[in-house]
Order: sequence, then C-alpha cells, then structure tokens
Amino acid sequence: MSLDPATVRRIARLARIGIDESDLHALQGELNGILGWIEQLNEVDIDGVEPMVGTGHAALRMRDDVVTDGDARDAVLSNAPDAAGPFYTVPKVVE
Amino acid sequence: MMLTELTIAAAQAGLKRRDFSAVELVGAHVAAIERLNGRLNAFITVTADQAMDAARRADAVLAKGEAAPLTGIPLGIKDLFCTDGVRTTAASRMLENFVPPYESTVTANLLRDGAVFAGKTNLDEFAMGSANINSAFGAVENPWKRAGDADTVLVPGGSSGGSAAAVAASLVMGATGTDTGGSIRQPASYCGIAGIKPTYGRCSRWGTIAFASSLDQAGPMARTVEDCAILLQSMAGFDPRDSTSVDCPVPDYRAACGRDLKGMKVGIPAEYRVAGMPAEIEAAWDKGIAWLRDAGCEIVEVSLPYTKYGLATYYIVAPAECSSNLARYDGVRFGRRVPAPSLDEQYEATRRAGFGAEVRRRIMMGTYVLSAGYYDAYYLRAQKVRNLIRRDFERAFQQVDVLLTPTAPSPAFAQGEKMDDPVQMYLNDVFTVPASMAGVPAMSVPAGLSASGLPLGLQIIGRSFDEESVLAAASAIERAASFTHRPAVRAEVV
Repeated sequence: MSLDPATVRRIARLARIGIDESDLHALQGELNGILGWIEQLNEVDIDGVEPMVGTGHAALRMRDDVVTDGDARDAVLSNAPDAAGPFYTVPKVVE
Repeated sequence: MMLTELTIAAAQAGLKRRDFSAVELVGAHVAAIERLNGRLNAFITVTADQAMDAARRADAVLAKGEAAPLTGIPLGIKDLFCTDGVRTTAASRMLENFVPPYESTVTANLLRDGAVFAGKTNLDEFAMGSANINSAFGAVENPWKRAGDADTVLVPGGSSGGSAAAVAASLVMGATGTDTGGSIRQPASYCGIAGIKPTYGRCSRWGTIAFASSLDQAGPMARTVEDCAILLQSMAGFDPRDSTSVDCPVPDYRAACGRDLKGMKVGIPAEYRVAGMPAEIEAAWDKGIAWLRDAGCEIVEVSLPYTKYGLATYYIVAPAECSSNLARYDGVRFGRRVPAPSLDEQYEATRRAGFGAEVRRRIMMGTYVLSAGYYDAYYLRAQKVRNLIRRDFERAFQQVDVLLTPTAPSPAFAQGEKMDDPVQMYLNDVFTVPASMAGVPAMSVPAGLSASGLPLGLQIIGRSFDEESVLAAASAIERAASFTHRPAVRAEVV
C-alpha cells in the first residue's frame, strides 16, 4: 500500500492539520517509509485471535451517581486563548 | 561527599539526623541547575523559588520530627505531568503557555509525601521520540561524553531525556518519567541511571498529558534501584479518577530490593539476540546472566516468538491512540490558537503551527490507520498481533519469574545521527516496546560501560504487578556491576 499525494492531502484534512504543498513530497515519502515497514504484520497468522484493546486488569467500576467535581468555571476557562466573559469563542460558523 | 552525590535513601537518613538541612540539600541542587541547565537544557521550567520555599517548610516539619517519606527531597518532574499553577508544556508550542489549574495524581502523591519539585524536565514533544531532539524547547544534552571526545554532543535518549540527564548530572535526586514504548528505560540506559516502568494500571494516568492511553505509564528515574523503589512507593496506588487504575495493594518496594534471589528463575529470550547487535551489548547481557546465576538464580532459555513484530505493532497502535488523544488541541478551549476566518481553517492553522514534525507525522499515521477502509487492515490487525505478543509473555512467565534482556541496541548516539529516517529512530526501542505492549513491568539498570566509555543498561521484565521481583533482580545486577561511573558533566565538577 503506497500513499499518493491526494491521499496524504486527505489524511491531513481528516486530521485537521494544515500542510503546505512544499511539505507534501517529503511527508509522502516518510509516511510510505513507515507504512512499508509495518507491512511485515501481514505475514502474521491472526485467525481466531481476539484484538487486545487494553491490558484488562481494571474492571469497569460502578460508582454512586453523584456530582464529584465541578463549579470551577473560572479555572476551566483560565487557559482559553480567547474567552469572552464566561464563553469560549470560535469564528462565525452560521451566516 | 557533596550533598548532590547522595542517594535519596542516604539523604532521608541525613535529613532525619539533621546532618544537613533541607534548605542546604535543595539549595545545592538548585545551584547545580542554575550552573548547568543552560548547557544541558534538562529543564524547560525551573521553579527555584518555590523549591526553596518548600525546603524551608520541610525543615520546619523535620524539626518537629514529623518527616514524611520524601520530605525535603528535590525531584524533577517531567513536563508532561500537570502541576497546579506551574506551566506544563509537553515540550510543545501548542501548550507553551498552558498553566494547569490542577495537580496530576502522581505529582500530588509525591507532594503528599513531602517531595520538593525543582522544576519541569524537558522531553520529546508529547513524549514522542527516542532522543529528546523533538522538543519545541530545544534538544537535551546527555551529560556523558565518549572517552577522549569532550566535544561531541550525545543524546540522552527519549522521551524522558530531561529527567534522565538531570538525574545523571545530579541536578536532582530523582525524577518522574513516563513510558509508552520505552521512554523511561531507554533514556535511563543512555544516561547510566535506573528507571522502572511499572505495570500498566499501577500509577494513575490522571493529570498526565495523554499520548497513547493503553500504553502510557508513569514511573520513577533515579541513580539507584532502591531510590526508584522509594519513589515508586509514593507514586503508585489506586486512583478512582483513572478508569484503568488497578485497585490492588502497593507492596513494600524498598524491602523487595534486598530480597534473596535463590531459586528465582530468569528467562533469557532467544529472540532478543537480534542480528547485527553490537558485541559489547551482547557481552553486557552475558555478564548480567552470569551475575544473576551467581546470585542463585536459575537461568532458563525461553522463546517469545512474536517479539520481532512488537515495534511495527507499536507504530500502529500508538499513533492511532495519539491521533485520537491529540484531537483535543483545537485552539478553542486551551493552548495555542492561530486565528483564521473559518473554524476548520483555524483548526488547521493552529495544529500546523502548534505541533512539531514528528507529532504531525504520528497524528497523520494514526488518522490513516483508523480511517474508513483501512481500520481492519492496520489497526484491528495490530490489536490482534498485540494480543499474540502479550501471550508470549504470559507463556514465558509460566516458566520463569523475570526476563533479562539488554535495554537498548546501542549506547547513546550523537545529535544528528539517525535523524533522516523515522524508522531508524524507532529501532532504538526494539527491546523496550514488547513489555509496553503486554503492559508488564520493566526496569533498566546500569550494567557497565561500552568501549567508548558510555553506559549500557540491562532490562528486567516481570509479571504484571510483580514489580518486587523486578526490583530484586535489578538490585542484584546493580550490586554485582558496582557501577560507580559518573558522567563528565555533573554537579560536583566545577
């Protein structure tokens, strides 16, 4: 599997990472280098093997349905790059 | 002996006896940081004033005879742990001005036990790297030098390279690290110190900036195995705020260091004898085998047949989780924002400017392997291979108590080497990644010097939640190796 420039552009778009046309060639080469190397996993027989999603030592726990945290609006907003009063701001998304 | 040369164990005793004060002990380290950090770049943020205030408070506590386990002990905190009111950057432009309004569980545990934080240590951006060259705040210099070559700047390993360099150069007595595929063990090996990645679930991940959540695990780095045990004792423990934290008792790690090894079975995995491994790495490994045999261990040849797929599996699983975790950096709620006319353009401009090249590469790899049409071929397949890797360890641990391997395939290399090809850089983690994939505890301990005069580490891997056997075997190697070498650049050398 080898990525063409259009696919690299599409991945960048999905990841919301802006890329310059001048980066495209180098990035394509690097990603293809990594992909070529991980192709080795295709030789492993994985028939009937369950996927491992975690180490599974911690069972999901139930807890009382009560508020354990909160009422920290100012702390939550303290790192916002452009807060307006008690709100985050974004560029206008509805005309 | 200068105060910066002491072990944590010795300093605890000295403080209790009032041989010296916490102000003297912390002050000696702060002075060393002021003198050497400009060169080593081991710290991104130095909190000298807060450390001296904390030292004065520690002396008041000590005067009352109420010392906690780490009262007055100066530590470095990897700049991936959120610290309340102290800038936490993950070595990224994205978080250049991020000041957490809360404390991570691991650092809160250390503060509870009296530790003094001297500052936030440098790392590869978001803990992605093996040489600490991917930091937005500049590379870290390894305090070690090749014999007869004072000029060549060597890398400290990564991603916890600042922590490793700071501990090796005696700028602090110990440090926190995090390990996702080797980020505690490999820099410990390159800098001639000890470091343990505990079992996944042993230390809470709450408040630690996430890279790959199914792999990330915090652990201590220090100059001796016993000091690592002392720090782990404070760092470990159940935390209801981390759903993967495991609720099981934390044993006495320090006591485990002195345990008799008679009858312990030590596995030597054949697959770690990789083609092209330098003879001196093999020789250090053979020495380690002999030392453990002399300590009363039974040496057993074992096989972990899926070892060779560990790295490739890791470089699917870790980027996939990273692409998901790092989606939070959107320029809206915290961190850097690069304004643009539309929201999508703002995301793209912010993430382009905020992330360095390796982080962008891994996010894109992860996005691709999780994308529609490729998920099964890459991500699901990798998760299945990961299970096979875990079964290798489970089978081996039916036969043996611990495994012994080299930590890294080479000693520290020079800045500028291995940098053209990402895959070449990834190969530094070939021996550390499999234990991460399985979630089992593993430790690096200094075992000797290379022909070029650089430290070489050996790795002990144990069963899940059996850090005690790991610490016991590592202590035996430490005693046998009597590794007393110190780096060229350190606090005691003026």
